[in-house]
Amino acid sequence: MSKKMQIKLKVNGEDHEFAAEPRELLVHALRERLNLTGSHVGCETGHCGVCTVTLNGKSVKSCTMFVAQADGAELTTIEGMGTPDNLHVLQEAFREHHGLQCGYCTPGMIMRAAKLLEEIPNPTEEEVRFGMAGNLCRCTGYQNIVKSIMAAASELNSAKEAAQ
Amino acid sequence: MNDMTPDRNERKANLKGLGSSRKRVEDLRFTQGKGNYVDDIKLEGMLHGDFVRSPYAHARIKSINTDAAMALDGVLAVLTAKDLEPLGLHWMPTLAGDKQMVLADGKVLFQGQEVAYVVAKDRYIAADGAELVEVEYEELPVLVDPFEALKSDVVLREDLDPKADGAHGPRKHPNHIFTWEVGEKEATEEVLDASDVVAEEMVYYHRTHPCPLETCGCVASMDKVNGKLTLYGTFQAPHAIRTVVSLISGLEEHNIRVISPDIGGGFGNKVGAYPGYVCSVVASIVTGLPVKWVEDRMENLMTTAFARDYWMKGKISATKEGKITGLWCHTTADHGGFDACADPTKFPAGFMNICTGSYDIPTAYLAVDGVYTNKAPGGVAYRCSFRVTEAAYFIERMIEVLAIELNMDAAELRRINFIKQDQFPYTSALGWEYDSGDYHTAWDKALKAVGYDDLRKEQAQRVEDFKAGKTRKLLGIGLTHFTEIVGAGPVKNCDILGLGMFDSCEIRIHPTGSAIARLGTISQGQGHATTFAQILASEIGLPADSITIEEGDTDTAPYGLGTYGSRSTPVAGAATAMAGRKIRAKAQMIAAYMLEVHDDDVEFDVDRFVVKGAPERFKTMKEIAFAAYNQAVPGIEPGLEAVSYYDPPNMTYPFGAYICVMEIDVDTGEHEIRQFYALDDCGTRINPMIIEGQVHGGLTEALSIAMGQEIAYDNMGNVKTGTLMDFFLPTAWETPNYTTDHTTTPSPHHPIGAKGVGESPNVGGVPAFSNAVHDAFKAFGLRQVHMPHDHWRIWKTANDLGLHG
Ligand code: FES
Ligand code: FES
Repeated sequence: MSKKMQIKLKVNGEDHEFAAEPRELLVHALRERLNLTGSHVGCETGHCGVCTVTLNGKSVKSCTMFVAQADGAELTTIEGMGTPDNLHVLQEAFREHHGLQCGYCTPGMIMRAAKLLEEIPNPTEEEVRFGMAGNLCRCTGYQNIVKSIMAAASELNSAKEAAQ
Repeated sequence: MNDMTPDRNERKANLKGLGSSRKRVEDLRFTQGKGNYVDDIKLEGMLHGDFVRSPYAHARIKSINTDAAMALDGVLAVLTAKDLEPLGLHWMPTLAGDKQMVLADGKVLFQGQEVAYVVAKDRYIAADGAELVEVEYEELPVLVDPFEALKSDVVLREDLDPKADGAHGPRKHPNHIFTWEVGEKEATEEVLDASDVVAEEMVYYHRTHPCPLETCGCVASMDKVNGKLTLYGTFQAPHAIRTVVSLISGLEEHNIRVISPDIGGGFGNKVGAYPGYVCSVVASIVTGLPVKWVEDRMENLMTTAFARDYWMKGKISATKEGKITGLWCHTTADHGGFDACADPTKFPAGFMNICTGSYDIPTAYLAVDGVYTNKAPGGVAYRCSFRVTEAAYFIERMIEVLAIELNMDAAELRRINFIKQDQFPYTSALGWEYDSGDYHTAWDKALKAVGYDDLRKEQAQRVEDFKAGKTRKLLGIGLTHFTEIVGAGPVKNCDILGLGMFDSCEIRIHPTGSAIARLGTISQGQGHATTFAQILASEIGLPADSITIEEGDTDTAPYGLGTYGSRSTPVAGAATAMAGRKIRAKAQMIAAYMLEVHDDDVEFDVDRFVVKGAPERFKTMKEIAFAAYNQAVPGIEPGLEAVSYYDPPNMTYPFGAYICVMEIDVDTGEHEIRQFYALDDCGTRINPMIIEGQVHGGLTEALSIAMGQEIAYDNMGNVKTGTLMDFFLPTAWETPNYTTDHTTTPSPHHPIGAKGVGESPNVGGVPAFSNAVHDAFKAFGLRQVHMPHDHWRIWKTANDLGLHG
């Protein structure tokens, strides 16, 4: 056991400060300390993507990072993506197009997809498949996940057009 | 009828019953990250457990020193077999009638075996503690090959009397577990001898793993004040787990509550009882605090529940014209260090005897020998019904090999041997009674959909071009027509640990016309909360949106055997319909009383009972529900509730026709799936959207298995594929789009005619992918090459055939 460090995080708009061992994984800090259990753990080796969050504007697999490395960072997790009365477009789209089954991969998928649609607002199917390749799903075979993301993209784009 | 009454179709649509692509009710919480999986559970004072595991596949344990671990701040206990022995818990019974060490008792039999269990304040300290446990091992010779194991002097299971019978009869060798024989040996051999053509092949279905994204885990919480144990866990069969825990712990069953919360995929991985559950229960009893244990990915792949590992030697015979005359199969089944297969008791090789497939084969014989080796125990039905995937792969490979032998088109060979529609119910040579099917219709539809004849022409041209040096890519057409056997099963021949494989549903209708139904099953992503409400909506005429489905809490749900082997729809779905019918029968009496007519004078119409011949006189189910609680109907008890324990009269037999068109790069071994067409016939379709999703998912698991996924061992018994780096799970990038289609042949014995679908795509998908690879190389003399067909193996196949010049 090593000495604890003082860590500051801003998660979903809220400030948090706590003392943690530097070896503590970011995903564990989110899940155990902040009770944000929507980010899951599937491998702890960076392969499955169920722990995906947004950190300082980038998609990050929170199992591949120590909480100490995230000190001072700003994060968004699935819990910050919408409210029960006002779901995020992707949350709606996944339900509408049956983009989930057991739901274990879903928070990570939605977090990654949201970032992808910021990076490429009008993606082709190929771009979605490639851009989502860091997130595994064992249930859906991806076909409806891709469909959900494509549908969300066009929804977001038409909303943008309407606003202009 | 007054003008305000919506018409019949509209009323039907409002129910969102059978056949509706109703959106899933589960999705709201899942998409918001508000699922409640086992690792999300936090209880006051909860401790964490972690295992010390064996680095050796076969070794004697000379000593275990736990002093340093115990001295670590935050470690509360370290359990070894010695601590469990006084409780009689150092070994536990397996589902297959064998026993398994909970913690290593004197020796270890596979790499990763549980040796000691460290309990600490958090998961990091538990892992630190595990590091500090010192174990001295003496290595023993390792057996990873089942054929060698049957000849070796090295005895793996020294705890067993080599002369005594095992759970399934006599054992031939200390490393032999059982022999299981079905069909007629001599008659089949005579047929083979007398037939025009015999094709012979060894078909290996490699060892793999279900690998759901959520691993296995539990939280055990012993409340010492009132003597009750609550066990939360990733259990596909919560009620059976409660009974097992009671039997092995001595706690009375009413003092145990098992809860399966949301489960992040199961695919068979979460059927069995694992040492982690037992150790957590003991640790909670010892410490008086809740104890959580969640395995990591490596532990998951290395220790809990492998699947397959069947060496299937086959012979199939036919007339010159291609009519199949006989089938013979001998399987050597590698079960690992303990026989922990999850099969119904009387079926030590599951339903492998469905290996005559979709074909009318008059004479057949199957023998399976189970063997101990230095590999992890398991043998679960990975998205299949008890060895049905092995059986389907075997027969679909044998058909292809026979087609080569006969020099006949494999689609045509299948067609002339299919069981015909008028032969159902059909009794197979290996003893099953197939309920219904129309294989020819499905097959013709599939061939037409892909343009089969043109594909064959294109393929012939491709071979020409390849030979002429114009291309380096080959084209494979992978055909499969599979028949599954699911819905275990009739209590007369199906049980697990003596528990009959019925299932159950209990319904309560509330006064305002909404309802709750509880079932003995548990969803792991299949959408039960959505689909079971649909079955009920059609049966009782209340909207699916007004029906809550609850599963997984043994204190509230009726007893059932759980969800695996595609049994939920065939068994629990039937129980749901039957319980719904009981509700309807009582509702009929109440309606008749309210309408002041005789019981027989009213009839059910979508969401109401109407007076026959006077449709303007009716009572809706909603009105009847209220009446059940506020009117004194003479001779009828108040309330509206029902329960059904459904013992299915037979299994169900879903089937399908799959065709995979694959391009193969001879120089890199890479493949590209150009088209995949999947026609499924699962009888009555409850929710087409969910069926389609199940097919996509199952096909992708089939793709993984056929094209790369395996649990591989080196000859020292080291697992070579223990992380997601080496264990292949395809991403969105490697996964193709699938075209789904269907025919509908209802099951004649199921109350709503449904057959189950979750596993069909895995059962049929594996041979379709594998046959495509074989087919691409057929023109160059390939008969059989073992899966998984990863890039290197495909390259090697091309190389062995001399295609690299
Ligand atoms: S848990 Fe983070 S990538 Fe798998
Ligand atoms: S929905 Fe189960 S892993 Fe993706």
